[in-house]
Amino acid sequence: MTDVLTEDPGRAPQRLDGPDKVAGTARYAFEQPVDGPRYLHLVQAGIARGRVTGTDTSAAEALPGVHTVLTHENAEKVNAGGELAVLQSPEVAFRGQVIGAVLAETPEIAAQAAGLVEVTYERHPHESTFGVDDHRAQSPDTSSPMVTEDLDQGDVDAALEAAEYTVDVTYATPPEHNNPMEPHATVAVWEDGELTLYDSNQGPYVVRDVLVPIFGLDPERVHVVSPHVGGGFGSKGMPHAHVVATVMAARLTPGRPVKCALTRAQMFPLVGYRPPGFQRVRLGTDATGRLVATEHSALEQSSRLAEYAEQSAGASRDMYVSPNRRITNRVVALDVPVPTWMRAPGEAGGMYALESAVDEMAQACGMDPIEFRVHNEPDTAPTSGRPFSSRNLVTCLRRGAERFGWAERDPRPGVRREGDWLVGTGVAAASFPSFTIPGSVATVGYADGYYRVEIAASDIGTGARTALTQIAAEALEVPLSAVRLHLGSTAQPKASLAGGSSGTASWGTAIVQAARAFRAEHGEHPPEGAETTTKSEPDPEAGKYAMNAYGAQFAEVRVHADTGEVRVPRLLGVFAAGRIVNARTARSQFAGGMTMGLSMALHEHGVVDGRFGHVVNNDFAGYHIAAHADVGSVEVDWIDEHDPHVNPMGTKGIGEVGIVGVAAAIGNAAHHATGVRVRELPLTPEKFLTDG
Amino acid sequence: MKPFDYERADDTDGAIATVSDDPTATYLGGGTNLVDHMKLGVAEPGKLVDITKLPYDFVETLPDGRVSVGATVRNSELAASHVIRQSYPVLAQALLAGASGQLRNLATTGGNLVQRTRCAYFQDPSTPCNKREPGSGCSALEGWNRHHAILGASEHCVATHPSDMAVALAALDATVVVRGSNGQRRIPVTELHRLPGDEPERDTVLEHGELITSVELPAPSVSARSTYRKVRERASYAFALVSVAAVMEVDEGTVRDARIALGGVAHKPWRAEAAERELRGTPATEENFRRAAEAELEQAESLRDNAFKIPMTRNTLCAVLRELTREDRA
Repeated sequence: MTDVLTEDPGRAPQRLDGPDKVAGTARYAFEQPVDGPRYLHLVQAGIARGRVTGTDTSAAEALPGVHTVLTHENAEKVNAGGELAVLQSPEVAFRGQVIGAVLAETPEIAAQAAGLVEVTYERHPHESTFGVDDHRAQSPDTSSPMVTEDLDQGDVDAALEAAEYTVDVTYATPPEHNNPMEPHATVAVWEDGELTLYDSNQGPYVVRDVLVPIFGLDPERVHVVSPHVGGGFGSKGMPHAHVVATVMAARLTPGRPVKCALTRAQMFPLVGYRPPGFQRVRLGTDATGRLVATEHSALEQSSRLAEYAEQSAGASRDMYVSPNRRITNRVVALDVPVPTWMRAPGEAGGMYALESAVDEMAQACGMDPIEFRVHNEPDTAPTSGRPFSSRNLVTCLRRGAERFGWAERDPRPGVRREGDWLVGTGVAAASFPSFTIPGSVATVGYADGYYRVEIAASDIGTGARTALTQIAAEALEVPLSAVRLHLGSTAQPKASLAGGSSGTASWGTAIVQAARAFRAEHGEHPPEGAETTTKSEPDPEAGKYAMNAYGAQFAEVRVHADTGEVRVPRLLGVFAAGRIVNARTARSQFAGGMTMGLSMALHEHGVVDGRFGHVVNNDFAGYHIAAHADVGSVEVDWIDEHDPHVNPMGTKGIGEVGIVGVAAAIGNAAHHATGVRVRELPLTPEKFLTDG
Repeated sequence: MKPFDYERADDTDGAIATVSDDPTATYLGGGTNLVDHMKLGVAEPGKLVDITKLPYDFVETLPDGRVSVGATVRNSELAASHVIRQSYPVLAQALLAGASGQLRNLATTGGNLVQRTRCAYFQDPSTPCNKREPGSGCSALEGWNRHHAILGASEHCVATHPSDMAVALAALDATVVVRGSNGQRRIPVTELHRLPGDEPERDTVLEHGELITSVELPAPSVSARSTYRKVRERASYAFALVSVAAVMEVDEGTVRDARIALGGVAHKPWRAEAAERELRGTPATEENFRRAAEAELEQAESLRDNAFKIPMTRNTLCAVLRELTREDRA
């Protein structure tokens, strides 16, 4: 079906929802038309740790238009823990925590009244910052399915002792904050015992399944509707406190919907963030530059309210050969907001440290960084010994090198100058696991000449709606125009969340299996009203292979000789990510990830003031994200990869691998430009400025 | 945000009387800073008097060659003005280095001058700040002060003035024309803004009710070269870490006149008088540039996060002087 899948971006189908988004008719959560809404504005803690001793809501309640001021004293008791135990006690676990909420006739009145709520506190000493050798470091709870245990293979210390060349370096990364274009928002409607939520999230069923036990609801009577989501990057993977507060408020006003949208400043403490950390990487090679020892230890921030373990050191588990390997992840629990997933959690930070250290290691061995990586390419996954379902990192590096002009590169650092700018180039590898989550349910039906496909997948701006329609059309062997796909709501059958770059693989598998079952049941000419629903089966090959997407990131960096300003005129990413379903939206995903990597490299830094316990640069003037002028040429390429093992489509996730490795490539290029090795993100001008 | 009254002024004296008589009233220009402050709770005016319809939307050359810029001229219009681009490139460059296109379309000349510091603590009413709440303490002094002052600060306030335009105006020796209930006065732009001292809540010498009506630029010198260099980690839409505005006259390799102002380093656009004295009458050499920069920075004092500003200012100033004195410069 040439109109369904094509490698040619120019011929790939355009986003099916593109015209609606351009015209402004695609409705996001807060814009959903509901009758007579009230508005909720959150009240936040002004201390980092302690308890609320008194809340004077009289001034707020006296304001015309205020319906209710919720506090821990009058909020209903719910069955929740961690950040979702909203208004359940007077305890304050971090600055900015929700300690109240004002429900009013307009957003303006609600915000004004929130400012009139007088709160008194009993302050307790708090801890909101940590250091590289922190005595409070502890192992994360490895009983959690999300946490991987430490690894200690061989004898790392002896191997490092005997190694010909070694590096021992520590890289620091700051807090980074997911800031999707659409701020988190939710609209809750209680009517006749039914709860409907118009919510911005990465999985309608995740929201439903989290809320059901909290409020003791019948899952059949909870409906989550999220047709369009303006980005999430992990921060909308799980519902946050504002969703619980909004549902609570809506229960107080049956028949009157409640709308709540977070401000940008509120998003900093309330929707998660990538935790800051320190990563020490020790590498050792033999005389040929072959790695004999790899040690990667990560120490990252968590919250006393609930543990979140970023586990950046995991990036070194399966990347390169090394008979001796030690991987440890530690956390420091502080009186801070709960971190969460942010695009490529673990890999983004972990590969920054590893791929920077590898660049240093290659230099120590006197080897070209690409040749060093090729020289250390494993035949099988080093930790598990499993074969790779496919691994084309070397092809990516080779193709990228050719396209980038790597052969002409002078390896010496700090020797190229064009006008006032020092110029360098760098490379880094990218890797991200290929997840296919079983258990999503899809329905295929036929009526009025169209095939109707239903699955509660999420299009968070990725193009999932378009890609899944293509997959359905291919599986049914019909033109794209014959498929009507419905997603983004619990009105459709249950699907996994848009996370871990698993969406297209997991939902696509469900659709392909349902389409095959539909054809088996109803044939090539289905009767009007024919319908088949199936639940996706686990991949029989899962567990037999190591499954990852790979990439090679190249960067050209310019550092101003007088001021230290860092600019990135050129990025090239070459990826091996299985079959590309839609070349147009895939290119956009990769380029978006790379741009986010550039932003991570140069700009993003949540500044925590330990005295107060909050991020003080909590707006877009203070928390810098790359703007247009920072983004030069971003080229995306991919290799034609056929992986028969990952899933029926042969696809790997592409949402996250694009960010991985970019910060390392830029840092390596900045070193090549200047001879200065900066081991702390972001790469701000002062770090390249010498006081000479 | 607290509710407020709004009125649109249709004559200057009426607007001045309204604001002068009401201590909670304030003027509204483009609103690009004031409205943010109202949302944040930093400012809670009882009344806004919108002056954007007053007759100050002009850029005109006066008979003696000076150029008068009305207070309500938008930053984008001023930057695009032919006379400004032609005769005061430093000003056009500074304007275009500021904010974003959208903000420049709204921000006015007068409003740009009286915009307030972007110190994170000043903008966050949940933290102490002597500028916002006199006597409450300065959170930046021992907090996040990467963007803060290295010159002219006090123990009460280490904030910087955020304007790019004002730095160019300081180098140009512009004059600010102000009207109040007692009539008109003229203030050199270098004397408009104050150093914080023990009254950091006062950014400028303006009295309540005084309205900036225009800014006057001295007649341009045909032999002067000028430029504005802004250093920032993000290539656009960011406040200066440091900036340099310079107007130079060089004759056969000797500096005849140098007017230099620094941005991002002080509570006001910082006229680099020590550097200017060092440069005047001396050969335009790298050594002299550096000596001038170091003379200016002798008084510099750094805080926890902003020590880099001293070498960055020195280097940027030297680079600007080098550029403006290059023999082959067209």
